[in-house]
Amino acid sequence: MGSVDIPFRATLRHIFLNATSDDSWHYIIWNYRIPKAITAVLVGVSLSLCGLLMQTLFRNPLAGPFVLGISSGASLGAAFLIMGSGIIAGLIGTSFVNDISLAVASSMGSLLVLMAVIAMARHVKDTMALLIIGLMFGSITAALVTVLSYFAKAEELQQYIYWSFGTVGNLNWSQVTLLSFITIIGLVISIFSIKSLNALLLGENYARSMGVKIKKSRYLIIIATGILAGSVTAFAGPIAFVGLAVPHLTRQVFNTTDHKVLVPGVILYGAILLLICDTIAQLPSSTYVLPINAITSVIGAPVVIWLLVRKRKMIF
Amino acid sequence: MNGIGKSTLLRTMGRVQPKLSGNIALNNTTLEDLNNEELATQISIVLTEPLATKNLTVKELISLGRQPYTNWLGLLTPQDHSKIMDAIKMVELQALQDRKCYELSDGQLQKVLIARALSQDTPIILLDEPTTHLDLYHKVQILKMLKRIAHDLHKTIVFTTHEIDIAIQLCDKMLILDRPTCHFGAPCELIENESFQTLFPSDTIRFDAKTGSFKIKN
Repeated sequence: MGSVDIPFRATLRHIFLNATSDDSWHYIIWNYRIPKAITAVLVGVSLSLCGLLMQTLFRNPLAGPFVLGISSGASLGAAFLIMGSGIIAGLIGTSFVNDISLAVASSMGSLLVLMAVIAMARHVKDTMALLIIGLMFGSITAALVTVLSYFAKAEELQQYIYWSFGTVGNLNWSQVTLLSFITIIGLVISIFSIKSLNALLLGENYARSMGVKIKKSRYLIIIATGILAGSVTAFAGPIAFVGLAVPHLTRQVFNTTDHKVLVPGVILYGAILLLICDTIAQLPSSTYVLPINAITSVIGAPVVIWLLVRKRKMIF
Repeated sequence: MNGIGKSTLLRTMGRVQPKLSGNIALNNTTLEDLNNEELATQISIVLTEPLATKNLTVKELISLGRQPYTNWLGLLTPQDHSKIMDAIKMVELQALQDRKCYELSDGQLQKVLIARALSQDTPIILLDEPTTHLDLYHKVQILKMLKRIAHDLHKTIVFTTHEIDIAIQLCDKMLILDRPTCHFGAPCELIENESFQTLFPSDTIRFDAKTGSFKIKN
């Protein structure tokens, strides 16, 4: 545990030349720092992209990757595993709670809520009503989590809170590979949605009149959001704020709403923001690792406020 | 008249909303048999609903009208660009093409929306109350422009309006939605058949056939 100082040149040598002058350095770089950096990039990319998709689909600047109840579903899954497993573990005598079962439980949770929302989407024609339904599902799951925490033991509650802090440092190589694979699928769906996203800027009626298959594109966008936000939440916990803020940041910087610019833009800014936040969360030479969930908001919120105040106008 | 179903009829014709009953055919094809892409090359629309975002430049918004013809990513070809420039010239917005839509007046924005419909290059353009919220000068300007477009480019332009006086002077054909029967024809035929007389209660508003306008009864 703790912080290890590895010189910059040694780091490069280990990454590119595969030098093995110091085995522990090599181990730290390849098994901790690189997976962590890749995870941070993947998390930033996925959440920012989700935020952009949701804000355009719902034509609402407050929408984020979690408006469809994805994060609350994941929280519910995690809460059930951590706080509910005490009962089952008591019966069998072993605990199931580890990183992998947490990832499975939270992805099951978000998938379940997302499926419910998609099932509703079939009957609801109005996209705004869908937004409200997503928020309602969020409230229900949040309430269930509260009930679970009320009955939970102190150490279980602590474990759940640690999960909700979010982290990008707990993934091994196979998990990173899986997350990259899922992110790429979501990315490809998003790129294929660029044209309909641009049409949706004028509203659904105009988009339909310009030949967009509204139902199909709505499902594609929801599915892309689900797998991107769901997988990230499963592996890294509910990381707040990035998805809401990065699209706004990108729109302000590029001063456009064209998704041919915004999609690559949010990918770039999301990755950069998360890397910066992760660096701050684990400052060199400090032994503390702060929760990344707090850092993203502390760093990101003032930036967005500053941009909005400076331009005196919300560009959406 | 308010509430008679002007917008409902127009929006049904453009398949913006599902039909209540009956059948709408376009060149002998039922409207429901066309998919969205096919319909997008036949009918373009200008609606009254506010735009979801006004943070688009005039040119960007008009370019969206080319969507039925662009590739999967929506990239514009040189032909698309020339169609867009034609549409901008037609509504005389060259000077404003790089402005953002939130900087425009209502009249200018209406022209932008018409240009978007033009760039969609369809034989039919449907407009829902294109002159509401505009002053008299801009109402006339927009409607004269629509007439010029219809005649020069040989397009069918259908719009709904409350401005019967202006419509009588500028339209080729009019459909009066009235209870119990609706009347359709050239404005002068409709005046001859006294179709306007029954439109409003005669104790408040009277139609003057000589001038083709409505007079308020005191």
